[in-house]
Amino acid sequence: MWEYTDKVQQHFLEPQNVGEIENASGTGDVGSLACGDALKLTLQIDANDIITDAKFKTFGCASAIASSSVLTEMVKGMSIDEAAKVTNQDIADALGGLPKEKMHCSVMGREALEAAIADYKGQILPMAEGEIVCECFGVTDLEVIRAINESSLRSVEEITHFTKAGGGCGKCEDKLRKLLQETVGAKVDTPLVSIRPKRMTALQKIKKIEEVLEREVRPGLVKDGGDIELVDVDGDFVIVSLRGACKSCNKSQTTIKDYVEKKLRELVLESLIVEEEN
Amino acid sequence: MSADTNKVVYMDNNATSQVAREVLDAMMEYLTDSYGNPSSMYTFGGLVGGAVATARKQVADLLGCTPEEITFTSCGTESDSTAILSALRTYPDKRHVITTRVEHPAVKSLCDNLEILTGQKHKVTRLKVDSEGMLDMAEYEAALSDDTAIVSVMWANNETGVIYPVEEMARMAKARGILFHTDAVQAVGKIPINLKDLDIDFLSLSGHKLHAPKGVGVLYIKKGTLFVPFLTGGHQEHGRRGGTENVASIVGLGKACELAGLKMDEENTRVRAMRDRLEEGLLSSVPKSMLNGHKTSRLPNTANISFEYVEGEAILLHMNRYNICASSGSACTSGSLEPSHVLRAMGVPFTAAHGSIRFSLSVYNTEEEVDFVLDKMPAIIASLRKMSPFWQE
Repeated sequence: MWEYTDKVQQHFLEPQNVGEIENASGTGDVGSLACGDALKLTLQIDANDIITDAKFKTFGCASAIASSSVLTEMVKGMSIDEAAKVTNQDIADALGGLPKEKMHCSVMGREALEAAIADYKGQILPMAEGEIVCECFGVTDLEVIRAINESSLRSVEEITHFTKAGGGCGKCEDKLRKLLQETVGAKVDTPLVSIRPKRMTALQKIKKIEEVLEREVRPGLVKDGGDIELVDVDGDFVIVSLRGACKSCNKSQTTIKDYVEKKLRELVLESLIVEEEN
Repeated sequence: MSADTNKVVYMDNNATSQVAREVLDAMMEYLTDSYGNPSSMYTFGGLVGGAVATARKQVADLLGCTPEEITFTSCGTESDSTAILSALRTYPDKRHVITTRVEHPAVKSLCDNLEILTGQKHKVTRLKVDSEGMLDMAEYEAALSDDTAIVSVMWANNETGVIYPVEEMARMAKARGILFHTDAVQAVGKIPINLKDLDIDFLSLSGHKLHAPKGVGVLYIKKGTLFVPFLTGGHQEHGRRGGTENVASIVGLGKACELAGLKMDEENTRVRAMRDRLEEGLLSSVPKSMLNGHKTSRLPNTANISFEYVEGEAILLHMNRYNICASSGSACTSGSLEPSHVLRAMGVPFTAAHGSIRFSLSVYNTEEEVDFVLDKMPAIIASLRKMSPFWQE
């Protein structure tokens, strides 16, 4: 069970300003059903650029609903310049804090506010123009870099807590680490034991395997009157066919395991398994 | 809150279950006066050894096997790991494992991390399921190969309650000389099991799912099946599992198995009827709600229902106000950011997966509790939908 503050529980159980302002001055629509949380924030802004009303509709967990609710309370009465300065930390602080895994809920609040203000001003948000790093949750590099800077993030795990990036399939972990290194400029701690093996795309893997077989393996075999052919790559299983003298050699299994597999593991991917075609 | 609503309405028995009064009573002696080590030579220890033997017999009776085939462990997860790793050590040249996409993390994570655990790379086939959570037997048959060391398929799914045809699957594996393991943690005590005539080599069960305490489990190892221990040490459990026996919990588990046998009919009649009434009531009173999992090939106590356009954690916390306990397959409840792997494997749409609630009943639930939940749920879902940007009246 999450440790929610009284303030979070209060805003979750009795949310303020639920609904949608008709003919709103600015609307911010962020998140999606697939992501597990989404927020539609509508603002009423008067001629003096003062936010006179704010309403929300949220799909999400308790902290998403509480963040939305407290946000509407915070911004009412603010000028849009003041509102533009509200950070996700301000939202979290107003709730007396959020569990670290739930910080992305406060980030969603801030993003919706920004989007609503941009909508009012007729601007396009720069964040959306970045390049998508996390495809599972549609997070761009600009959003990640901003979160790193604003919230002093120092690990990939923290990036996930704040932006959700990396929380799905995990394939973007290396990209996130690189962004972190580039942004922070210092060496970033990497976990001692990574459960996730190094990832390569299928094409990268096959190309690299072909290259190593051609450059490192074949010459040795050809010298002994044999040859090798790559038949298939299925996940980490590399299927090869031995030719010429190798084919009839009773040491062919040893050749495959001790020589071919060793080379491929050393030069391509530690997890590869080489097997002979049946 | 009135005194009445302060009562806990516990409908999360697939997560854990209350220790039966009879179980606790049977255990007390071994937490107090009879504290001897069952391996000791003197009578004071030997009597305790006798209690462990009785428990072994009680478990064997529920499973329809012999006491010699029962090995006590610390939990279901230990049993799962022990069985699968034993098979891989028995057949080091076989590097293929077959499992499903809907296994409990105890088996799923083990298979994901086999390389780290064994130092060898294994190929893992994860069988697909259809939208009702059912397996494709043709896919299974095609996956069985000479390289397959073990098949591990759960007897019943913890999230949906869907029951898998493990008897037939074990027979097919046996015909190919392949070991078969089943994680029966959710099935034992809820549906009749008779291992005597089956080809299942290993079966895991966990005490706390059937009204025994947490921290005790069983691995059934079929007579004649080659076995390599996971925990080595003393000669306990006939050398199959080192470590001094958790006597009180083992005695409790034995008693719980005896009770489960006695209550098997009630589980499949009264509990099933309550579950059906709860399920049908919710599906009819809450619009845009749907059942997850096969309607009939299912445990009698489990109902997994999705309420579209609302999020599970929010639903659970509203239920918590009324002390109603259940689980959700939503992302937010697990601390991960994606909804349950079981529901995703079944292709449950995101609109529904995030709003899934699992109710799992037991013989301790009452009709009044079902009424109470049926009374509260529609308003909870409606209040959350009112603030959902995706909901349209």
